[in-house]
Amino acid sequence: MADLRSGPARLLVADDNKVNRLLLTRNLELQGHSVASAENGRVALEMLRRERFDLLLLDMEMPEVDGFQVLEQMKNDLALRDIAVIVTSSLEGIDHVVRCIELGAEDYLPKPVNAVLLKARIGASLEKKRLRDQQKALVRRFAAPEVAQDLQDSGFTLGGKRVDASVLFCDIRGFTTLAESQPPEETIELLNTYYALMFDAISGHGGIVTMMMGDGLMAVFGAPLPLPDHGRSAVDAALEMIELIDLFDVERVAAAKPPIAIGIGIASGEMVAGYAGTNQRAAYTCIGDTVNLAARLEQHTKVAARPLLIDRATRERLGEQVEVEALGPVQFKGKTADVDVFAVRVPETR
Amino acid sequence: MTPPPIDAATFAALRETTGAEFVQELVETFLQEAPSMLDDLRRSLAAMDAERFRRAAHSLKSNGSTFGALELAAVARDLELSGAAQVSGRGPQALADVEAEYARTAAALKDLCNG
Repeated sequence: MADLRSGPARLLVADDNKVNRLLLTRNLELQGHSVASAENGRVALEMLRRERFDLLLLDMEMPEVDGFQVLEQMKNDLALRDIAVIVTSSLEGIDHVVRCIELGAEDYLPKPVNAVLLKARIGASLEKKRLRDQQKALVRRFAAPEVAQDLQDSGFTLGGKRVDASVLFCDIRGFTTLAESQPPEETIELLNTYYALMFDAISGHGGIVTMMMGDGLMAVFGAPLPLPDHGRSAVDAALEMIELIDLFDVERVAAAKPPIAIGIGIASGEMVAGYAGTNQRAAYTCIGDTVNLAARLEQHTKVAARPLLIDRATRERLGEQVEVEALGPVQFKGKTADVDVFAVRVPETR
Repeated sequence: MTPPPIDAATFAALRETTGAEFVQELVETFLQEAPSMLDDLRRSLAAMDAERFRRAAHSLKSNGSTFGALELAAVARDLELSGAAQVSGRGPQALADVEAEYARTAAALKDLCNG
């Protein structure tokens, strides 16, 4: 029987020999799988691209497009790369087996295929695929979708590349006082709502959240994928974040809870984006002066008593539609030169 | 003494795992397909098309072993491994063995399915 936890598996048999094709299909159907078949490699690839399959049973000797070519094409195709392949062949010689494995085949079954062995190999293959799918789902849960896709496409390597992007820092004003005045369960609940709102506003404008620490978060616009108007997108996201918190506060006040306020700092320019950490544990992040500046600007919102501060580079990317007030140069810790700070005017929502 | 064309244990196991009705269907398919494999062998040998020759011998070997036609599989395997060039050197009777063994196999398979 097929593994019921994952439903019946969908299998494709590619073999040019009709007797082999019928026999293999019959054996697999008797094991509870749903099976389709292809009479050569070209047809198999077409079917793989058209329908979803969990596993391919591939003969090597086929006219038109042979098994080796199928393996090669699958390996170079992002959409097909993760489909498990079991090679079924009576090809003579161990070098063929080695070549199949090198090309990404998961297993090799000599022909005539033994039904018991077939069942065991397919079970193992499908189980491995289930684990891989689970792992992918986990990566998606703990990393931004763009980062998960980037990981899947280019693999994991520590180190980064230079990008032109905008960085946004945000935190809740007076969070420590607030956290002390209420039970921790309530604080967690507040944080969950806060993060849900912030994530929504950020991803809605093409940004990704790269870091969460307590009530603080960092988001980047323009990495890992380039974003043409990253400065404008970051500011739009920030304005939406402030608006969402205002709406959230209406609810809080109605429930006799203190309203919360957030402060946001944004800086734009060149930075290095990539994976930092160790091979065991790493995070996608951005590093550079621009990032430090965004963090300083966010800190400065308390001093300036403005919810949203940006640097000159972001200011220059905004155009005329966004109302901005120049607050003049500010001396930041760790910066040798004064920095021109701009406050974005937040439209009244109520 | 010549061994029986079909290994009884292999054939019984095939029936056991896939069902008698299915095996009958499979035998019919083989009897339909095999003549064109033999034809492929003759034509590719005449044309000295080594790749096609090897593939035809390979298919015959593979199907032979499926039904327990061990002799047929062995003769076909010899052709596959020897290659068109060497087999051609054996003269006009080079394919006689495989043709005779196929005839014996086909007759035995028909008997098994009707019996």
